Amino acid sequence: MAIVPNPYKTTGIMGWIDDRFPATKLWKDHLTEYYAPKNFNFWYYFGSLALLVLVNQLITGIWLAMHYKPDAKLAFDSVEYIMRDVPWGNILRYMHSTGASAFFLVVYLHMFRGLLYGSHKKPRELIWIFGCLIYLVLMAEGFCGYVLPWGQMSYWGANVIFNLFGTIPFIGPDLVIWIQGDYIPSDATLSRLFSLHVVFLPFALVGLVIAHLIALHEVGSNNPDGVDIKKFKDPVTHIPLDGIGFHPYYTVKDIVGVCVFLILFVAVICFAPDGGGYFLEKPNFQEANPLVTPEHIAPAWYFGAFYAMLRATPSMFSSALPGVIVMFGAVLILFLLPWLDKNPVKSIRYKGMVTKVATMVFAADFVMLNYVGLQPVSSLFTVLSQIGTIYYFVFFIGLMFFHKFEKSKPVPERVTS
Amino acid sequence: MSTQSVANATGSGVDPGRRRFLTLATSGVAAVGVGFVAWPFLASLKPSERAKALGAPVTQDISLLEPGQKLNVAWRGKPVWIVKRTPEMIAGLAQVKGELADPENEQPQQPDYIKGDARAIKPEILVMIGSCTHLGCSPTFRPDHPAPEIAANWQGGFYCPCHGSKFDLSGRVYKNVPAPINLKVPPYRFENDTTIVIGEDPVAAA
Repeated sequence: MAIVPNPYKTTGIMGWIDDRFPATKLWKDHLTEYYAPKNFNFWYYFGSLALLVLVNQLITGIWLAMHYKPDAKLAFDSVEYIMRDVPWGNILRYMHSTGASAFFLVVYLHMFRGLLYGSHKKPRELIWIFGCLIYLVLMAEGFCGYVLPWGQMSYWGANVIFNLFGTIPFIGPDLVIWIQGDYIPSDATLSRLFSLHVVFLPFALVGLVIAHLIALHEVGSNNPDGVDIKKFKDPVTHIPLDGIGFHPYYTVKDIVGVCVFLILFVAVICFAPDGGGYFLEKPNFQEANPLVTPEHIAPAWYFGAFYAMLRATPSMFSSALPGVIVMFGAVLILFLLPWLDKNPVKSIRYKGMVTKVATMVFAADFVMLNYVGLQPVSSLFTVLSQIGTIYYFVFFIGLMFFHKFEKSKPVPERVTS
Repeated sequence: MSTQSVANATGSGVDPGRRRFLTLATSGVAAVGVGFVAWPFLASLKPSERAKALGAPVTQDISLLEPGQKLNVAWRGKPVWIVKRTPEMIAGLAQVKGELADPENEQPQQPDYIKGDARAIKPEILVMIGSCTHLGCSPTFRPDHPAPEIAANWQGGFYCPCHGSKFDLSGRVYKNVPAPINLKVPPYRFENDTTIVIGEDPVAAA
């Protein structure tokens, strides 16, 4: 198909631009004439909020990098310098650190929305996979950023994560030295994590977000009823009868969400910037010391569930590899969700009781694992995390079968209000 | 002949066989080039010459170490413990053997010249890398016993606060803990009775 410059025949300055760059076309295709289902609910705030937090992280990150020193001797002091001496530096840093936690919170809710309403199902499998890749990059980004202040938790957290790769048979120990660039996490490690954190991973993240949105706008948004709004179009205009233009309808709705979100966000920054020890952990206010491990190593809260799975799996054949496989498997199984979920019904509204209960238990299970992963080891928590880990995988496999043991409700033809 | 006919049919003078060959050949050369260019990028991530130099052997005087005391030395940036064990501590090593995963040092976690319950050249001097074999935390020295909160028959040892792994006073791992194997004994030798060189084998063994 040939590209037609300026299909909307604009004139004047816009016309001059549109003859050379599809500005009006992009605006219409992705905003004013991108028709989204009219029945979006509360759950649909989290996508645009994730975009907002991404922008917050990029901007505050650029400013923090102006004052931060990626050097094992200087890093910790440069963070304290930002906190004490740089005008408004503490606010910039708290915006960035709270933003990291907020990012994971909204992304977890955004993913759960997808699970509830079947947004991963055909034809949106690639949207889901781009989303999983975004989540993976976000985890890497969160990990690298967590190491940069070079406090005790940074150092020992990094040590634990790098040693995960040491469990790979044969090449493990050499691989760890190669990743670290030294025999232990050191200045070489800190510098390369800084490079990844500020150059490679943000590039990858922004690129994947664009791919996520292009794929979304190609097939159109899902909705809480899980019905295809393109089936019923206005015979003259060809606009879906249940669709409304993203701008101004959903931009205005999202701004309301942004206001509520920012009230909470600013409240955390001003009144509880360390999030009660969950957003910024107390041992990280001590400089890294390779000779002394903190009493209790807890990951950042957003990795708690995966850390619980790592600890729950016992070593086998003189190797800690099984725990590492389980932990990475828990992330990778998300990629398979579009094909594991064999339920013919998309939205949870019209699924049967088995799926509904299993999904709610899954949500509770994930929260429980997250909590347990942050607590010191105890026999009760070990048993809980083992049960939780098994259920996590049983749920994903069960999505292939749940619909055979339940009666679905009839799915409406058009969206309900 | 067939290529000739295609060229004639389209009338464009394209020879698909030649085009396919040129595409494959240039792609192949480009792939080799990418491989060569990738090498310096990947190799640059290895430890630098400076980092390797810092991995040199470490000499430590232990004349002031009292029985029951533990000394931390850094070798290659890792904590190395030197513990002067009392006769009572050495006697306790045999009593916990039933609870250990590898009491006979079958896993290669020590140089060849390290054998037996003491896992040391001289039984009273323990030299060990203080880095948990689970995920690299540094276990805590817990010579006190009994300590029922750690184990019923605790005779002193090392307890990892990160994930709860337990080791006896020779660094041998208990059964059913996250750490899969015993703590590592580094190569070391005695320069004289009170000086240890960590990172070098004994002269006779080398």
